[in-house]
Amino acid sequence: MSDEIIRVEELNKTFTGKSGTIVALDGVNLSIRRGEIFGIIGLSGAGKSTLVRCINFLERPTSGRVLFQGRDLAELKPRELLLARQSMGMIFQGFNLLSQRNALQNICFPMEIAGVPRADAKKRANELLELVGLSDRADAYPSQMSGGQKQRIAIARALSTSPSVLLCDEATSALDPNTTRQILELLKHINKALGITVVMITHEMKVIETICNRVAVIDESHIVEMGEVKDIFIRPQSKIAKQLIFPQGDDAPNISKAGKRSLRLVFDGTSAFEPIISQMTLDCRAAVNILAANTKNVDGKTYGQMVIQLPEDEVSAARIEAYLKDRSIFFKEEVPENAECDTGRYS
Amino acid sequence: MLNAILVGILETVYMTVVSTIFAYVIGLPLGVILYVTDKGGTHPILWLNRVIGFIVNFLRSVPFIILLVWVMPITRAIVGTTIGSTAVIVPLVIAAAPFIARMVESSLKEVDLGIIEAAQSMGASSFQLIYKVLIPEAKPSLLVGSAIAITTILGYSALAGTVGGGGLGALAYNYGYIRRDEDVLLVTVILLVIVVQIFQEVGMLIAKKADKRVK
Ligand SMILES: Nc1ncnc2c1ncn2[C@@H]1O[C@H](COP(=O)(O)OP(=O)(O)OP(=O)(O)O)[C@@H](O)[C@H]1O
Ligand SMILES: [Mg+2]
Repeated sequence: MSDEIIRVEELNKTFTGKSGTIVALDGVNLSIRRGEIFGIIGLSGAGKSTLVRCINFLERPTSGRVLFQGRDLAELKPRELLLARQSMGMIFQGFNLLSQRNALQNICFPMEIAGVPRADAKKRANELLELVGLSDRADAYPSQMSGGQKQRIAIARALSTSPSVLLCDEATSALDPNTTRQILELLKHINKALGITVVMITHEMKVIETICNRVAVIDESHIVEMGEVKDIFIRPQSKIAKQLIFPQGDDAPNISKAGKRSLRLVFDGTSAFEPIISQMTLDCRAAVNILAANTKNVDGKTYGQMVIQLPEDEVSAARIEAYLKDRSIFFKEEVPENAECDTGRYS
Repeated sequence: MLNAILVGILETVYMTVVSTIFAYVIGLPLGVILYVTDKGGTHPILWLNRVIGFIVNFLRSVPFIILLVWVMPITRAIVGTTIGSTAVIVPLVIAAAPFIARMVESSLKEVDLGIIEAAQSMGASSFQLIYKVLIPEAKPSLLVGSAIAITTILGYSALAGTVGGGGLGALAYNYGYIRRDEDVLLVTVILLVIVVQIFQEVGMLIAKKADKRVK
């Protein structure tokens, strides 16, 4: 048994319209593992929405295959396809709640479709309201809720039929940074607590950094890069990934002065950098030069990366490396441009 | 006289309400079919869409007074006579159903496509999509449409009075036009306005009450 839940093979999707043919996806291959949070990032028009819509066959691929739990969706009978969709929840940028139903009724909706008895559906809906922290808003209509609340209801709704996958198309793009964080935390919690595989579509690197395990970068209908988030974050290969990671335009900090060794530190939001760096200076009795930094602080936590220059003294350098390892700060030895990357070390 | 007016009101309300109900029985499904079979619809069947679209447009472009005379054979076949309130219901339904079909179609088009996509992503069947998503979501707009439909049908019903239909239209025609009784004419006009207003206001109120989008 493989732990792969979704497999996309040589997927092509073209749209033919009056203005000619648009290639939305071209030769896309993906393998999404059970229980992971898989990110798909790309700029507007890259084909992200088309890709998720192909994953649950809302859009029929022009060619290629989509396998869900080992079954080729194209071979399913219409009825079976509807059932397969019930095991893939989906949430959207615009929430897409039924405007004429209140929160509880919205959550009951997929269960009505699936033919769950009314009383059971209501019971489950109430449990889900609790899970998303909105038990007190059961009677509220979408027009009476904030964006964050609406997305929570949409998440509860998507989970109501106990899907094994949750597809999220720009689920946080309409929310402010604070609400985004809360929704991401909720998704992470759901992923952990219920073991649901999450597929996150986004154009924001921050979303990927915060919760994804692996990521695929999509640009102009192609997957240009795919791998562990940390790896891509540390050394983006494609132009588009670099652009997404450093939207201000400054390139990845990659200054490496001849002679001295430098390390690239990655802050993934689990710690704040200031106390780490100052404590490091104290503990290791060595000063480091910060050569370049591209970090963001959100709620006292640091996201981003930084290149520090190690002291020439090897003992101090080793101490610093040990310290970073101890603090679970991910780092990688910086190599001069064009040289091959050495193996990253995970602490 | 008072009795004639009272009967006139009752006949008008009877013709209007019964015609509206039958017109919806035909127009609502037609409107749904027009919506789902359209190009961007959930079940595009273009030829069917074109055929129904053509019939609807054709019937809508025939002036009601001509339709009234034209469908008399059908009326006679169904009701057995072409005179009286019940007989008028047939042309009223034939005239109103296409109009209602178009109004229903346009109400359904107002439904957010994202909501439809969401329902599809949950594995809703085409049928579930119609009766659990499209119609409930379009309900406020459909109710506004029905208020418009009912007052339009009432207007048509008054016209039918001139060719042997009953109701306030017949009253106004027979007393006001044939006998030149200006008072009766005035009274029927006022009564028609009141009935239209009542239908309109009550319809709008129900539509507003039903809409959960406003707080
Ligand atoms: N139904 C459609 N008909 C024609 N073209 C389409 C259709 N859906 C998408 N496209 C085209 O396919 C391309 C990819 O669109 P898609 O919506 O997948 O992009 P996206 O990455 O989700 O962008 P965004 O971030 O703006 O949502 C675009 O060029 C778009 O115009
Ligand atoms: Mg999109």
